[in-house]
Amino acid sequence: MEYKLTLPLSEEDALRLRSGDRVLLTGIVYTARDEAHERLCAMEDWPFAPRDAAIYYTGPCPAPPERVIGPVGPTTSARMDAYTPTVLKRGVRCLIGKGQRSESVKAALREHKAVYLAATGGAGALLSLCVKSARVLAFPELGAEAVHELYVEQLPCTVINDCCGGDLYAEGQAAYRK
Amino acid sequence: MAIREISCDAIRAAAAQLCIESNCNLPADVRAALERAREAERSELCREILGDLLENADIARREHIPICQDTGLTVFFVELGQDVHITGGDFRAALDAGVAEGYTKGYLRKSSLDLPFSGRKNRGDNTPAIVYTDIVPGDRLKLTVCPKGGGSENMSALGMLTPAQGREGVKRFIVDTVRRAGANPCPPIIVGCAVGGTAEQCMLLAKKALLRPVGEPGPDAEVAELERELLEEINALGIGAQGFGGTQTALAVHMLTHPVHLASLSVAVNLQCHAARHMSITL
Repeated sequence: MEYKLTLPLSEEDALRLRSGDRVLLTGIVYTARDEAHERLCAMEDWPFAPRDAAIYYTGPCPAPPERVIGPVGPTTSARMDAYTPTVLKRGVRCLIGKGQRSESVKAALREHKAVYLAATGGAGALLSLCVKSARVLAFPELGAEAVHELYVEQLPCTVINDCCGGDLYAEGQAAYRK
Repeated sequence: MAIREISCDAIRAAAAQLCIESNCNLPADVRAALERAREAERSELCREILGDLLENADIARREHIPICQDTGLTVFFVELGQDVHITGGDFRAALDAGVAEGYTKGYLRKSSLDLPFSGRKNRGDNTPAIVYTDIVPGDRLKLTVCPKGGGSENMSALGMLTPAQGREGVKRFIVDTVRRAGANPCPPIIVGCAVGGTAEQCMLLAKKALLRPVGEPGPDAEVAELERELLEEINALGIGAQGFGGTQTALAVHMLTHPVHLASLSVAVNLQCHAARHMSITL
């Protein structure tokens, strides 16, 4: 299936998604990588409201003068696995990255009715065209790794792990394994 | 033969240009390999993704922006003619200055951190360049840059096998490395691998193997046959573009071999994401 969804992502929308669905996301996503996760997990009050929020694992290139942002594709999600159950417990509904997640992340996605989506790795130039505004929200000293607030229009993603245990990496690869 | 002079200033300028242009322009052979993969792919979802990757490469070239936000650590392979005299400074410093200039002026991401297991502080200019120099006949200086992203580099592996493990052991090691990597190195990948040499040399050869035009067979028939078998087995893993499940996991397998110690069977794998960036300038 293909869906056009708005962010923040409602529980109802999250529950509809199944592994392998293609989605176009419009709304706010917050960027965070390793160090930002470490800091967020140690904070009481976050720089953004976690309820139903979408976190995008990315560290963009600097924006040239005439652009909103530089290339902004996903980084490997597994590095955030240790923090993700905590992040989901705070109410985050949607994670965007690339690559396999741990069993504890998949269990936490089911428990909290959240979804893990892949953006296309290595398509940072294409994805940057979906970003209509960008600002640094927290930890500016981290540079590319700071938390950015991005307003995206029709950001193309693919559902990897849904709320009911679906896993595109496992299912898709099994279908083509010889 | 007369000595030919090349200035550090020219080297700096060439390095800066290489950093910017290599990050924005996917080589034509890589683009053609992605086209072939899209035609051959059986999964509709993966065909769509391969189409996105081609569009991405075209946007990057047209808009002169990087193909991928991970503009890598900056690896240079240098062929230095033995009749060249480098003037006006320090060769390595000139390459570092070129990297700093290119990554700043080109709005490339700086990914080089100091204090790797503690402070992890961004150096802010992507230096130092990682430089491998071969002294060769002639009076030219050839600089080849390969910006290398972290996602694919993290999936590298070195195996010091026993000679008894033989050809089958080599194959199993390489295929298992790709299987374990799964979606992480941004498939479709190019599999750089090497067999033989000392541990560090084997790793370096695996990276050098990535410089070959995509899909060009290895230097001799035995290696070329092993590459063919490996490509077939790797594509039978079913990983597909981005790991979504498909028939086109690797665009090519490139192998180099080297004489080996009688007690050793070294094998190295250096995976390259589909954004297989490299570019050369000869001064």
